[in-house]
Amino acid sequence: MNPFSSGTRLRDMIRAIRACKTAAEERAVVRKECAAIRAAINENDQDYRHRNLAKLMFIHMLGYPTHFGQMECLKLIASTGFPEKRIGYLGLMLLLDERQEVLMLVTNSLKQDLNHSNQYIVGLALCALGNISSAEMARDLAPDVERLLQFRDPNIRKKAALCSIRIIKKVPDLAENFMNPASSLLKEKHHGVLITGVQLCTDLCKVSSEALEYFRENCIEGLVKTLRDIANSPYSPEYDIAGITDPFLHIRLLKLLRILGQGDAGASDCMTDILAQVASRTESNKNAGNAILYECVETIMSIEDNGGLRVLAINILGRFLSNRDNNIRYVGLNMLMKAIMVDAKAVQRHRATILECVKDSDASIQKRALELVYLLVNESNVKPLTKELIEYLEVSDQEFKGDITAKICSLVEKFSPAKIWYIDQMLKVLSEAGNFVKDEVWHALIIVISNASDLHGYTVRALYRVFQASTEQESLVRVAVWCVGEYGDMLVNNVGMLDIEEPITVTESDAVDAMEVAIKCQRLGLTTKAMALIALFKLSSRFPSCSERIKDIIVQNKRSLVLELQQRSIEFSCILQKHQNIRSALVERMPILDEKTFSGKKAGSLPTAVSTSSIIPCNLPNGIGKPAAAPIGDLLDLSSDDAPPAPVSSGGDFLQDLLGVDLSPASAPSGTSQSPKTGTDVLLDLLSIGTSPSVQSSSSAIDILSSSHDNKAPVSNLNGLASHSSLSANATSPASSAGMMDLLDGTGAITQKHEENGPAYPSLVAYESSTLRMTFNFSRQPGNPQTTFIQATFTNLSPNVYNDFLFQAAVPKFLQLHLDPASSNTLPASGNGSITQCLKVTNTQHGKKLNRLEACWGSITLSSNHFGNFEYFGQGYIWHV
Amino acid sequence: MIHFVLLISRQGKVRLTKWYSTYSKKERSKVLRELSGVILTRGPRLCNFVEWRGLKVVYKRYASLYFCMCIDPDGNELEILEIIHHYVEVLDRYFGSVCELDLIYNFHKAYYILDEILISGELQESSKRTVVRSVAAQDSLVEAAKEQTGSTISNIIAHAAK
Repeated sequence: MNPFSSGTRLRDMIRAIRACKTAAEERAVVRKECAAIRAAINENDQDYRHRNLAKLMFIHMLGYPTHFGQMECLKLIASTGFPEKRIGYLGLMLLLDERQEVLMLVTNSLKQDLNHSNQYIVGLALCALGNISSAEMARDLAPDVERLLQFRDPNIRKKAALCSIRIIKKVPDLAENFMNPASSLLKEKHHGVLITGVQLCTDLCKVSSEALEYFRENCIEGLVKTLRDIANSPYSPEYDIAGITDPFLHIRLLKLLRILGQGDAGASDCMTDILAQVASRTESNKNAGNAILYECVETIMSIEDNGGLRVLAINILGRFLSNRDNNIRYVGLNMLMKAIMVDAKAVQRHRATILECVKDSDASIQKRALELVYLLVNESNVKPLTKELIEYLEVSDQEFKGDITAKICSLVEKFSPAKIWYIDQMLKVLSEAGNFVKDEVWHALIIVISNASDLHGYTVRALYRVFQASTEQESLVRVAVWCVGEYGDMLVNNVGMLDIEEPITVTESDAVDAMEVAIKCQRLGLTTKAMALIALFKLSSRFPSCSERIKDIIVQNKRSLVLELQQRSIEFSCILQKHQNIRSALVERMPILDEKTFSGKKAGSLPTAVSTSSIIPCNLPNGIGKPAAAPIGDLLDLSSDDAPPAPVSSGGDFLQDLLGVDLSPASAPSGTSQSPKTGTDVLLDLLSIGTSPSVQSSSSAIDILSSSHDNKAPVSNLNGLASHSSLSANATSPASSAGMMDLLDGTGAITQKHEENGPAYPSLVAYESSTLRMTFNFSRQPGNPQTTFIQATFTNLSPNVYNDFLFQAAVPKFLQLHLDPASSNTLPASGNGSITQCLKVTNTQHGKKLNRLEACWGSITLSSNHFGNFEYFGQGYIWHV
Repeated sequence: MIHFVLLISRQGKVRLTKWYSTYSKKERSKVLRELSGVILTRGPRLCNFVEWRGLKVVYKRYASLYFCMCIDPDGNELEILEIIHHYVEVLDRYFGSVCELDLIYNFHKAYYILDEILISGELQESSKRTVVRSVAAQDSLVEAAKEQTGSTISNIIAHAAK
């Protein structure tokens, strides 16, 4: 190609792109350039390769795809000239990351360049290797890098040192090879080499305890001397920052000393003098000095105890906290977090300042300070600190309220001196920021209230007052509604009046009014309304005088557009009208909720994980009052009371299923499965409109708690139970399939029908691995050619029993897949038995498309931490784990 | 360790990105989007640190450009501010009172300089003079190579003209 007729220059392209007024224009320019570059790549144009790559890098930075240029980088790197290599390596670092396979192709070029005679080319290769090396490359090229640590030019030595850091991070086994050369770097005078050498030693200590011991024995004195020299060195313009010689070197030396001194009294002793000198003599009016002080304080806090030094460090922290610069205050707070482990008293002294920082306008500082306050709280100061925080809650920013309420709630829960105080504080938090708390917070509050039997009256009155004042905060409304439902009689009769309370007159119809407000309020969510409906239902037996009105309100909701409300109101009004004899038993007060079950569950799950909020609400109530969903099932089957009793053998599982309890091994023992027998009895009783009121009574309110999550499943399953017809592919969760399959077994399984038809095709081992074998047997019913039955047999080849077996599958659109439940959810170990599951595949376009399973994909769950996906296309299965 | 370096203009345009930890393409654009949202909207007198996804981002504004570096939560934020300043000073020396346009048109040079200051997310050189000298030496190597090819081409032309 003629070198004089080429595309635009890099500068012109950038100018053209910058001149674009709209995104569409820019796209057009980029498209044109990319087309030209692609064309040049196809023609294997060499003269403008580097310019094209430079253009691509710019285009890449704008966010456009540039993968087609990756090979160009490799070509440029492989060429001989320095300019080509320079831009090639830059492109390599910019356009590729370590996960791309293309990168492996460059290993050879890198090896050659690491041994190049031109030291700048060696430098380029080291830089690229240090920035994007993968573990494989690190392993291949480590010997070359190791050799370069002794290269004559210091600029190469320092690059090699940093490159070694990447290598030992990727492949920690290689650490011991680097120990000796690294320690010799510490003796250098060149600052670049020293800085990188110290850094390399620090990282070696992190990956290898052997290296840590080695440096502890051999290098501490040298490092202390280097630090002393640099701290005392006269003005040197090349390294001076704000009157300090090379703060970067200071900081790195302090960091390495910290690692060496940690847990070793002798080593710590060696460095106390120099640490004292740095801490007391470093100028603190500039950022560089403060950076050193910051590092120094951290080192003092981490090494073995030395009283005098710690005092010095805490004093520096005090200075930081009172600094006007936000940056310094931020790091001050940050360090206090570490200091609190060492010297809590000293940190307590700064409590007032820290509390001020919570109210700072800067979100980063607020966050730090809040964390710190959280750590500062103990039994003795919880009351004043909580008061401060709650006062602050009123004025804090919206986005900060979530954080702060979470912290207050957890403090109040942890250090509460008395239940009444706990309830008071929680009411304050909820009425201030109830919309920001997680569900578990108000669940916990309800449990505490339920346990504080002498405070029921007090609490319900307090809640009623706050509720009358505002219905803004939804979780407050929920707690209020729940308490009114449970303890409405105490509200009206002023039962259990405490001395501190002001008397309040609430009539029965006032309480009903309040519930009506909650149901009708537009702003409140479904869960709240459903809770209010239940509360009303409960009040109907507590306030006989209002029962007609309550019935009216409930009946109004029969026409609600929300299925949940409609269903509940139909059920409730049915009970009110036809089943007066059991009503009072049904709506009895909840038994005291078990605090331990709840806190045990909470502790078992990660405190911050999002998942907790979705799991706990359903677990919590279920763990306590088992037959939560039972009344619903009961109601559904009211017309056919003689429905066949559910199979007894699996009552426990089935109940769990109804309740939507997840079957993970952690929660199972504390849940229902412990007492499957009683669970079954209850279920049976309920199904035949039983006579165990004590259990029944607890149910409805619990049900509300889980309503937002799982109440669909139990209903549908019960429907299935009643009709025996729609036992279709409802294998959406391990729990539901488990329950259903037991039912099937008990009542004559459909599975057996297919077996009679005999295999029309040879059976197929669809998948086999070290843990599992899956076999497919095919059959067809005569006269129904479009439907194929597949019986899948799963055999466990591993020595472990899998309890949560679940098979899920999907097929292309033109096929319809019906999954029957599996024969069991427990897969015995070592091939001692197997699970079978029937799949029914219907070809909706029979005749048009081949009637065979062309593709199928899905997942197999063996236990909560062992599952895999499979895909099947044509002949073979591909298994991913 | 520094996980990545970003240069973002006040308008949210990306001027330089350097990744020392592994981020997929998707993650990268997500990081850019999230961080420019957070950093560009922060007020002037607030501290230069943002806590973000369990890491810390230290940023500093120079004229119209935000220099951001992301570090581990236990890193030294104040030192990172110094490293940012170190980089800016080297850029300034190299370009001679650097401005955003320099970094747009010579973005590759900004990368070359960064590569002389940081490798695998760690500081490489604390002397500005050494950095500038090293980049200049490599620039002159490039120039020399160009002249050589230039002269070969003119030789060819001269030959062709004969």
